[in-house]
Amino acid sequence: MTVDVPKSFQDIILRLQTYWSSKGCAVLQPYDMEVGAGTFHPATTLRCLGSRPWSAAYVQPSRRPTDGRYGENPNRLQHYYQYQVLIKPSPPDLQEIYLGSLEAIGIDMDLHDIRFVEDDWESPTLGAWGLGWEVWCDGMEVSQFTYFQQVGGHDCHPVSGELTYGLERLAMYVLGIDHVMDMPFNNPQTPIPLSYGDIFLQTEQEYARWNFDVVNTTMLLRHFEDAENECKSILDQEHLDPKTGRKIIMAHPAYDQCIKASHLFNLLDARGIISVTERQAYIGRVRALAKKCADAFVLTQAGGTPQ
Amino acid sequence: MSDLLIELFSEEIPARMQLKAAEDLKKLITNGLVEAGLTYSGAAAFSTPRRLVLTVQGLLDESPTVCEERKGPRVDASEKALEGFLRSTGLDRKALEIRNDKKGQVYFATVQTPGRLAAVIIAELLEKSVRSFPWPKSMRWGVGSLRWVRPLHTIICLLSDEAGAQVVPLEIDGITASDHTSGHRFMAPKPFLVTGFEDYAAKLKRNYVILQPAERSEMILQEAENQAFACGHELVSDPSLLAEVSGLVEWPVVLMGSIESEFLDLPPEVLRTSMKEHQKFFSLRNVKTGRIERFITVANRETADQGDTILKGNQKVLSARLSDAKFFWENDLRVAKADGMATWLAMLADVTFHNKLGSEAARIKRLVSLSQDLAPFAKADPALAKEAALVVKADLASEMVYEFPELQGLMGRYYSQASGLADDIAQACEMHYAPLGPSDAVPDAPVSIAVALADKIDKLTAFWAIDEKPTGSKDPYALRRAALGVIRLVLENELALPLLTAFSKAYPGADTENLLGFLHDRLKVFLRDQDIRHDIIDAAVAMEGSDDLMLVTRRARALATCLKTADGENLLQGFKRANNIVMQAEQKDGVEYSYGADIKFAETDEERALFAALETNEPVIKKAIQAQDFTLAMESLASLRPSVDGFFDAVQVNTDKQVVRRNRLNLLSRMRSVCLAVADLSRIEG
Repeated sequence: MTVDVPKSFQDIILRLQTYWSSKGCAVLQPYDMEVGAGTFHPATTLRCLGSRPWSAAYVQPSRRPTDGRYGENPNRLQHYYQYQVLIKPSPPDLQEIYLGSLEAIGIDMDLHDIRFVEDDWESPTLGAWGLGWEVWCDGMEVSQFTYFQQVGGHDCHPVSGELTYGLERLAMYVLGIDHVMDMPFNNPQTPIPLSYGDIFLQTEQEYARWNFDVVNTTMLLRHFEDAENECKSILDQEHLDPKTGRKIIMAHPAYDQCIKASHLFNLLDARGIISVTERQAYIGRVRALAKKCADAFVLTQAGGTPQ
Repeated sequence: MSDLLIELFSEEIPARMQLKAAEDLKKLITNGLVEAGLTYSGAAAFSTPRRLVLTVQGLLDESPTVCEERKGPRVDASEKALEGFLRSTGLDRKALEIRNDKKGQVYFATVQTPGRLAAVIIAELLEKSVRSFPWPKSMRWGVGSLRWVRPLHTIICLLSDEAGAQVVPLEIDGITASDHTSGHRFMAPKPFLVTGFEDYAAKLKRNYVILQPAERSEMILQEAENQAFACGHELVSDPSLLAEVSGLVEWPVVLMGSIESEFLDLPPEVLRTSMKEHQKFFSLRNVKTGRIERFITVANRETADQGDTILKGNQKVLSARLSDAKFFWENDLRVAKADGMATWLAMLADVTFHNKLGSEAARIKRLVSLSQDLAPFAKADPALAKEAALVVKADLASEMVYEFPELQGLMGRYYSQASGLADDIAQACEMHYAPLGPSDAVPDAPVSIAVALADKIDKLTAFWAIDEKPTGSKDPYALRRAALGVIRLVLENELALPLLTAFSKAYPGADTENLLGFLHDRLKVFLRDQDIRHDIIDAAVAMEGSDDLMLVTRRARALATCLKTADGENLLQGFKRANNIVMQAEQKDGVEYSYGADIKFAETDEERALFAALETNEPVIKKAIQAQDFTLAMESLASLRPSVDGFFDAVQVNTDKQVVRRNRLNLLSRMRSVCLAVADLSRIEG
């Protein structure tokens, strides 16, 4: 079998978009906030709750301040892209559909060793867990495959199947690149070829310095409190909007604040000023917000409650 | 007679759960069969990443009819009682028999439970087993409510005999049992039909699935050893990794690769740990250089390019992983060399050890003080022990240990060496966590011993002080292991360490007597494995100096040896007899028979012989005990046996002559005291 090999990072992204679109997913756009992983997108965290079917795929820029390496490490970045798929209820042939996506991006199934290795997913900040695997291609983790069991403290019923691809790592593998910064972002044959480094080397350096040494921690702590308070206050509002006379539960705006709090915590963590004990306490505070948002979401139309 | 084949085919089962799951399946089904009256001649269970398989041979085709006689109400009992009995037996009145019983005439019923077909029993049993399967963690999927370890796809449930094979009609949450399965996920995904276990196993092999985990392990091991040998390397043995890897593949293909030269200077433990934890690679050691220079990876398939692409991919991942490890290693070395790990120690002030017990830095402070106090008992230089205690935890703040917590201590050794500390200190860094279990090596260097003891005694006293003792199966802080560590450190280094003194210098506020009792309990568990009974340890613990575990153990060992001899055993019986007689007499007379007996009141030769024996042996025993030579003390004690036996054979303690009786009681009391000076023999059972 000859496989049509992609030529650039964006080629791989486009192929994934096309593939999952062909499998019936709504191809969404990234969420416009700083998140640590694609799971935080409300299209996953909130939409996996409740009884209504859902099927979505999207790219999500993800920020992990502690992983910053000033662009020097061949595959560790504080800002990278995840590709995320969520299908509810999980179809019985999700593994096969998933393997099809690897073929779509140019992985020849006859030459590679694909393995499903136990890796149970747990997000203490989201109060969520699921069972599944990390998918290995020749010993490299190319995706995370999870059947969501509980999110925001709510049992998932039906169960969603979630797929997360670490795009840079996967693309480097497919394109045969050793250092992420050397990876062609667009087609290298175009008049203006751009590498991943052309686009992100400088930002990796800037953010690494800011994350590790410069960010104002007093401000971060204050913003954390603000986000926490705002989240609670949004959810404390009456469901009935006095202006429109409609029932409007503001699950999404509240959840935005939860996302903010989570990212602020990550920034504080990268600064190394959070002790082990405090760490647990902060995670617990974010989890409490996520739970409240989940509680609110399941009362909404999208959450499966007829209004 | 039929054979049964069950296959539960699912998405990938975690490697660590497969073997137990296969055993559980066998247990659930075979126990259920026997309970239902279906006997069989043999059964075996197997697992692969995607299947649990059970084969049962020589199974009865149906369960035997069971006749049961049941006793009903009396003939003159109320009509209601009789109706109830008829309902419960399903019989009518004519079928009942009237018999004479002690209480009069009584109805008896003979209830026949007809046998059931094997297929019916199996269908019920398998459904029940699937629904209640003891997975450590299970999940739901799709819209269903069935729980399994990962989504369950197909079920084979097949009964076969000479006449052919029949699918057992069965449906669980939409999955209908069949006689079809599929082979290897990639190499032979097409479903195929099977007619029985032999056919199944053979067809699986043709479809690139090795059913037996042991066979897969053996294939991997042999091929790995061969490939290693062919290039002058040897496989670093790792049975737990082997078991895991054989649970990750249905068709193992062993591939060997090399570690890039820029990583060969990393500590071998780092190479091994990184390769094992992240990639499940085996390490290969170059026989000539003694270094780990190659690796083995096990793929799950054959390819047209002989695994070339797979190996290249794995090699690349390894390089990325090792460049991470190298990054940590070099950063850590810089810190260690720059300020002798002071940076890390400062960081540990922010790391909580336990929220009621303060930071790691606070713990280090305690360890420094306690290590100094314990140093003399370990024959260590207190100044050196202090210096060691100060740095043994420093590596907890290093990047390498953050990434690989299991390298704690070991990295401490490397970093101490890099920062120019004495070898004794570097060694203490590595060894102070030891021993971590009953078979782990125990430190034998004085400084390491002192800090290792301090580490454990601090932990024990601290958690005792905040009342976080282990209860039942719960021991989240591994305090039983810490106690065993203290025991092994003391015994294997033959330390005379008064634990109560040590506890008093450690974390304040612990109930030290209670903690000592905990250590005695652990000592019993430890010595039980060396064939020393708990009551023998009780007899030793009851003596003075019981916080010196070496003393307790020496005494217990000597006593155990002594009691294995005929003299020892008989002397024990003699002691018990004497003890009973004296106790009863003391109770009856209301006096204590502890005055010295006088030989002049002795009437018989046997009494005089016992006098003489005590006279000879008492000073020997006393001296031996002072010298802690319990073997000699026990031997000397056992040598009393003939005279004690002789005494009891010939002498009647109770006599009308009060003087003689009192003297005999005092003599026995003296004999008892001599025994009790060696160990509290009254605690010995039997």
